[in-house]
Amino acid sequence: MTGKKRQTGKSIRSVFLASAVLMFGAPALGAGDIERGEALYGKCIGCHQVGEGAVNRIGPQLNGIFDRPAGTVEGYRYSNGMKRASADGLVWTREKLDAFIEDPRILVSRTRMSFRGMKDEQDRTDLLAYLQQYSDNPSDIPEATPRVVGADHDLDPAVLAIVGDPAYGEYLSGECAGCHQDSGANDGIPAITNWPVEDFVIALHAYKSGIREHPVMEMMAKRLTDDEIAALAAYYKDLE
Amino acid sequence: MKINRRTFIGTAAAASATLSAPAVLGAAHGRPKVVVVGGGAGGATVAHYLGKDSGGAIDVTLIEPTRRYYTCFFSNLYLGGFREFESLGHSYGTLASDFGVNVVHDWVTGVDREARTVSLASGGSMAYDKLVLSPGIDFIEGAVEGWSTASQNKMPHAYKAGSQSQLLKAQIEAMPEGGTYAMVAPPNPFRCPPGPYERISMVAHRLKQINPTAKILILDPKEKFSKMALFQEAWGDHYDGMIEWVGPDFGGGNVSVNPDTMEVSVDGEIEKVDVCNVIPAMKAGHICEQAGLTEGNWAPVEPTAMTSRLDPNVHVLGDSSQQGDMPKSGFSANSQAKVVANNIRGQLTGSQIFPARYSNTCWSLVGTNDGIKVGASYEAGEDKITKIDGFISQTGESDEVRKQTYEESEGWYDGISADMFG
Ligand SMILES: Cc1cc2nc3c(=O)[nH]c(=O)nc-3n(C[C@H](O)[C@H](O)[C@H](O)COP(=O)(O)OP(=O)(O)OC[C@H]3O[C@@H](n4cnc5c(N)ncnc54)[C@H](O)[C@@H]3O)c2cc1C
Ligand code: HEC
Ligand code: HEC
Repeated sequence: MTGKKRQTGKSIRSVFLASAVLMFGAPALGAGDIERGEALYGKCIGCHQVGEGAVNRIGPQLNGIFDRPAGTVEGYRYSNGMKRASADGLVWTREKLDAFIEDPRILVSRTRMSFRGMKDEQDRTDLLAYLQQYSDNPSDIPEATPRVVGADHDLDPAVLAIVGDPAYGEYLSGECAGCHQDSGANDGIPAITNWPVEDFVIALHAYKSGIREHPVMEMMAKRLTDDEIAALAAYYKDLE
Repeated sequence: MKINRRTFIGTAAAASATLSAPAVLGAAHGRPKVVVVGGGAGGATVAHYLGKDSGGAIDVTLIEPTRRYYTCFFSNLYLGGFREFESLGHSYGTLASDFGVNVVHDWVTGVDREARTVSLASGGSMAYDKLVLSPGIDFIEGAVEGWSTASQNKMPHAYKAGSQSQLLKAQIEAMPEGGTYAMVAPPNPFRCPPGPYERISMVAHRLKQINPTAKILILDPKEKFSKMALFQEAWGDHYDGMIEWVGPDFGGGNVSVNPDTMEVSVDGEIEKVDVCNVIPAMKAGHICEQAGLTEGNWAPVEPTAMTSRLDPNVHVLGDSSQQGDMPKSGFSANSQAKVVANNIRGQLTGSQIFPARYSNTCWSLVGTNDGIKVGASYEAGEDKITKIDGFISQTGESDEVRKQTYEESEGWYDGISADMFG
């Protein structure tokens, strides 16, 4: 079976689906609710920036994502899983984005994106409608919505400024490695390799203070000093 | 891969260490030698980390009789039908090819601590500067009247994974309709405190599918057991009426067995059973005793680096060690291994020795997508490893939380496997 044939089959099916939906009076596929989508983007914002001035954080920035080949944002270090998918020709069509957000690991096995998936179809439609604004015409990026904040935090800047010792971080990482794999694999336990230092430090302090709840991680973080958290961040930052 | 970078760091550290500390052990006779006995959760991890971090500065030998290690962890999931047998098997190829570990498939039959050599079953011996023992557990002969390791094919323990796990599964699946599976549970301390009770859950899960009128009987010498409330809740929810737990008050501690007739005597009352899973009392792997490193049933170690109390050149870790508060688990052994590797590397190459930190988490699967967990962090206390802090799943948690806990345990399985075998 050639790829071309499958393509044809698919487009026939989606045409059929679209008209079926129209018959029942539901909104046509693709016409999502942008405002709802903006709220739903809250699930992504801890890791992805989008809008004017967006930069790569835990995940790549998402401006112009529609119809771009996967794994190609300048300066972002993708997982081997994403690099492989990209080499295999994955392009972020609306359909592929929809599948990825529904369950990242089904589309891109061993991706580093630790997101459990958005199961509701309408949610995804709305979210993609929101994201598409930042793709349709890059010069047309809505000015009023520069969603460029990272995770919210009230961490003392002095704590964020600590420069960690990666050698100590490597030793400390022994305590993490039985759960978080150095390879960046992400199965049941999220990947923590390659994170920007600041995000890593914020995440661990969130567990340490109990703002973010998780029994294992709260216990792990509670015993880490500020210097140790900085050391771990310095080590994981460069781990591929 | 990251190895290149790691190797580079390791070599650089080792080189500068040799310059600044010419008195380190290795200088006298080429590369210092570490012999690791036992390629399980403790031993494989020590070998992996020594190989990875020393960048060739240490000659690391791992001695393990089996070519393929089957993990005890998740072997209960295999009994329950949640895992394929082969998914539990791991080999030592990567430790040898990528981390320079000299893997020797043999039994260690003796240790000469004066001469610092170990002897091998195939003949010959091997010298060491530092010896690491992580040989797991052995059973105390005579602990359950009527049972000996010679009867393990009739009444399997399945508490060392591999063919024993396959045998137990086959016996469970061959049980007559409405038959009885009995477990003789072990007294404390033993490997994996929730292990027998996770097993009960998994056996019940399997029987419910294929033999729903079957009965499960637990004969237990202990008043209570790990995560007891959580297990009992799950047994009520998933396998109501199937499982009977007989504690010491009702004769659970006064049990003898007859493997030829498949009879179990509880407080003198004879019961005929179809499967009898005997998990006897445990002690340190034989080699610890042979090496003269045990006191009582276990090998005492000091808490900062699992160094034997009886010989500063030997580290004993994992199930065999008597260290204080940590449970005997794969997670614990893996955690201890990293402290041991850091300490040995420091002693032999002058690299920095960091303070010990230990932790443990034990997950158990009690039904489909129903995972529970218990865990704690530990530090090197004055004279033993001491618990700092801990957590445990709660009864009545939502299905979503339980499912997530199960998914975490799967992530952990992959994580610890990679951390052991590279
Ligand atoms: C049913 C069951 C479920 C479990 N579930 C979990 C779980 O979910 N989580 C968890 O953390 N732990 C679990 N465990 C516990 C875990 O398997 C052990 O605690 C862990 O394997 C201990 O590691 P170790 O290195 O001390 O010994 P082992 O992993 O047993 O390794 C010892 C190795 O030494 C070798 N050896 C022994 N003697 C010699 C010798 N003389 N010469 C050479 N080699 C030798 C053996 O062949 C063996 O491979 C479970 C155990 C069981 C039985
Ligand atoms: C926990 C952090 C995290 C969350 C939450 C997250 N992502 Fe990601 N995302 C990542 C990472 C990391 C990558 C890079 C994946 C890789 O390299 O395998 C990624 C990759 C992507 C990509 C592919 C980008 C490219 O350039 O190929 C898209 C599209 C994407 N994410 C969209 C989303 C959307 C939409 C959401 C919210 C529903 C979301 N992500 C939530 C971390 C996250
Ligand atoms: C026992 C297993 C385990 C250990 C050990 C462990 N973690 Fe975690 N970690 C988890 C789990 C599970 C999560 C997801 C928690 C959640 O849902 O908030 C997590 C989450 C995280 C996150 C946030 C990830 C995200 O996508 O937002 C970071 C950062 C992190 N861990 C760092 C560490 C560090 C550093 C260590 C070692 C000091 C460590 N962890 C040790 C299991 C573990």
